[in-house]
Amino acid sequence: MNMIVTTASPATPNGTTSMPNGTTRPQVRIVIVGHVDHGKSTLVGRLLHETGSLPEGKLEMLKAVSARRGMPFEWSFLLDALQTERDQGITIDTTQIRFRTNSRDIVLIDAPGHAEFLRNMITGASQADGAVLIIDALEGVRDQTRRHGYLLHLLGVKQVAIVVNKMDRVDFSAERFKDISDEISAHLSGLGVTPTAVIPISARDGDGVAARTDRISWYKGPTVVEALDQLEPARPLEALALRLPVQAIYKFDDRRIVAGRIESGSLIAGDEIVIMPAGKIAKIRTVESWPATPVAGRQGAGRSVGITLDRELFIERGDIIAHAGSAPRETRRLRARIFWLHDKPLAKGDQLLVRCGPKESRATVVAIEKAVDPGELSSTENKAIGRNHVGEIDISLSNPIAVDPYTENPRTGRLVIEVSGRIAGGGLVLSVDAGQRAVPVDIVPVESALRPDERSARYHHNGAVVWLTGLPASGKSTLAKALERRLFTNGGSPILLDGDTLRAGLNSDLGFSATDRSENIRRLAEVATHLARNGHIAIVAAVSPAREDRATARRIADTAFREIHVATPAEVCEERDPKGHYKKARSGALTSFTGIGDDYEKPEAAELVIDTSTRTVAEAADEIEQMLKTTGVLFDEVVDLAANI
Amino acid sequence: MHLLKDDSAADRLSNPALAERVRAQEFSAELAPSMDHLDQLEAQSIYIFREAFARLKKIALLWSLGKDSNVMIWLARKAFFGRMPFPALHVDTGKKFPEMYRFRDHYGKEWDLDLRVEPCPPIDAVDPTLPPAARSAARKTEGLKWALAKYGFDGLIAGIRRDEEATRAKERVFSPRGLEGNWDVRDQPPEFWDHFNASPPQGAHLRIHPILHWTEADIWAYTKRENIPIIPLYLSQNGKRYRSLGDQDITNPVASTASSIDEILIELEQTKVPERAGRALDHETEDAFERLRVAGYL
Repeated sequence: MNMIVTTASPATPNGTTSMPNGTTRPQVRIVIVGHVDHGKSTLVGRLLHETGSLPEGKLEMLKAVSARRGMPFEWSFLLDALQTERDQGITIDTTQIRFRTNSRDIVLIDAPGHAEFLRNMITGASQADGAVLIIDALEGVRDQTRRHGYLLHLLGVKQVAIVVNKMDRVDFSAERFKDISDEISAHLSGLGVTPTAVIPISARDGDGVAARTDRISWYKGPTVVEALDQLEPARPLEALALRLPVQAIYKFDDRRIVAGRIESGSLIAGDEIVIMPAGKIAKIRTVESWPATPVAGRQGAGRSVGITLDRELFIERGDIIAHAGSAPRETRRLRARIFWLHDKPLAKGDQLLVRCGPKESRATVVAIEKAVDPGELSSTENKAIGRNHVGEIDISLSNPIAVDPYTENPRTGRLVIEVSGRIAGGGLVLSVDAGQRAVPVDIVPVESALRPDERSARYHHNGAVVWLTGLPASGKSTLAKALERRLFTNGGSPILLDGDTLRAGLNSDLGFSATDRSENIRRLAEVATHLARNGHIAIVAAVSPAREDRATARRIADTAFREIHVATPAEVCEERDPKGHYKKARSGALTSFTGIGDDYEKPEAAELVIDTSTRTVAEAADEIEQMLKTTGVLFDEVVDLAANI
Repeated sequence: MHLLKDDSAADRLSNPALAERVRAQEFSAELAPSMDHLDQLEAQSIYIFREAFARLKKIALLWSLGKDSNVMIWLARKAFFGRMPFPALHVDTGKKFPEMYRFRDHYGKEWDLDLRVEPCPPIDAVDPTLPPAARSAARKTEGLKWALAKYGFDGLIAGIRRDEEATRAKERVFSPRGLEGNWDVRDQPPEFWDHFNASPPQGAHLRIHPILHWTEADIWAYTKRENIPIIPLYLSQNGKRYRSLGDQDITNPVASTASSIDEILIELEQTKVPERAGRALDHETEDAFERLRVAGYL
């Protein structure tokens, strides 16, 4: 057993390393990329050794393994931890290794150079703050060098150090170094990337890695370790506009918490926010947390938060919460620069799934432009984007999404593409379709030319939503029609909204899953509320079995809501069965039917409960009318129409 | 909180007009408190938990009772505002330390966990070609397969970390498993920008790794900061402590005088001994651990 030595060095109670001066060491994530066999793994092995980061005995163990296999020791063995890699002699995946420079904790992400494994290079590089692009001094810039350079640009990695390796193979020639340095610098600057350093090294021998040796005495720039020591960790984008993509809405207790991670900007309780793409406005009531809640103070980019709002709006996963005035755009059409990893080339007309943060939408490729192999200096294909190639595409989305161009927000301006449930590509949003104007954030509803009192003076009632809930065949539609007739006869303006009738048109896209039923009820409630605000009495007849859904309806209609539970006993309903639904359900021919199970949740505080098995339709209508009077919908004095003729 | 002018968010934007606006804001707006290293790790883990809960149908957290899975439960409670909304699955070899069982029974209740304890098959049922410790550990893989079949989980949350062991460093955050629970390291889908592959084929499942990006030192620093309870075996007694807790017969203590979390953190700063040094199965043959993982071990 190895002995662990304990000395009195500074403790690290908060997870970052305490420095003598009291500051903390930034952690920087680095990816090393480049053409296969240009020496990435060797450089990593050498870096670990030079920075004293190898676990005790690891070097000796690997040397012993090499000897046992009759192979000379290579630095790259350190990384080739997997049997499969050793068998093939190539690095196949991203590993993460940690070491330290003077002032940085480096997380080193090794990424494979072999073209087969570009998806692994992308997986690794997408997590990096900075990159080291390695080039073999003998071979010079190769296709995979260019491809990786291009992908770094697409992945948004801006800090790139170039390392020209195997200088020992070119006799440490300053001229050869300059040629390669000029070529790659020109290539990268064409992509908008300026190398932070170009360093001549021999990873095998150690020149230029941690020390400037005599053999590269002509080189005056930083060593690799020094270059890494200057890289900056990516900072959260707090200074940009607020973007809180909604991951989920939780109702574990009486709180309705909207959960997500702040991708940019910041928020605080009391902020007025807009929920995109719907454009609805609300205020943040609290910022919830655990164990202590609620939390005061501003929450910045990078935090995973939960908020409650001052009103119950329909919000769903994938919506983006922003501040009014700086909301993202809503679009069904966008243009993106993407890299493609799928075996089958991406072609015009292809159907895809696009994800922008938690939002997903089906999409169709409308056009493909500028498809290229970024490894080649000049080659263009226009019909399709091949595997490991890049291109610009126009896509049309089946659902509107809220999105930013990449230049305005690097976090919410990127997307991934899925094919058959597997990530197949990704890229940056260049623009949202100019033909589809962004939804104005300050939605100003057009107000009616009529005042509510003008309407009520004519109809002799206020607007209301009369919501009839109950089992199938309980008598809801019959009562609704009787009420409609009676109100109309009295000069009112009733409008019948029957659940089944609306399913034939407005709600024809909805089925009978719990989600679809909720959406069905929400739409009924929204339409009914709109009518009520304009002075009509909307009579809704819908089974609406879920208490939660009816609660949503009541929240939408607010004070205009009048709930009537048509509480006819279940056996009476089944006996009536005018549409034959009970019979079909009993025989198993009708699934998702409310009535024969126990899935109808009775109202607990309806304005009125009516059992139609114990009274006539007229008697029931009387009761409803009475209720509408006592709750201020119908005006008390019944107007004699004849008297006004 | 400070933002240096020459390193501002504005400089990373290619849109000059927007950059100007951002630059103006940087000096005027009230800024949120900055996040330290542990805050960042925590936020990322919470994001992963919420993605797993949103995108999979039936998930469970593998609770090994060790320091890592206790941190995971804590993070899950943060992600879901107090209570973990899915089961904690303990695949029990029956050979854990008594302190670990006491810990499970006590905190299973205190944390209001939906605890499911599932047994492992007898050792005879396990591949006899594996070395003894690996064979013993492979029982757990079998127990896991039983539990998967019994409950039909499509996602299992596991507390592995990249810094623990080289093969774990290869892992994805959402890691698909084959129908037999096996891991195909050669055919891992790409995973970037926190977009995860969450559609396992019918009958297969995903492993979800919310603390893949944490280190051993991070786990301890966070345990201390959040005051998360630990099993006392991690602290030094008579010059020895456990750095990693497995089955009694295949886990050994390391020599250590660290009797508090602060002292553990100092020790980790100094040591070059790997965390799993006390785990017998890692040292039997070069590839024993990898073979276990390919077969579905954690």
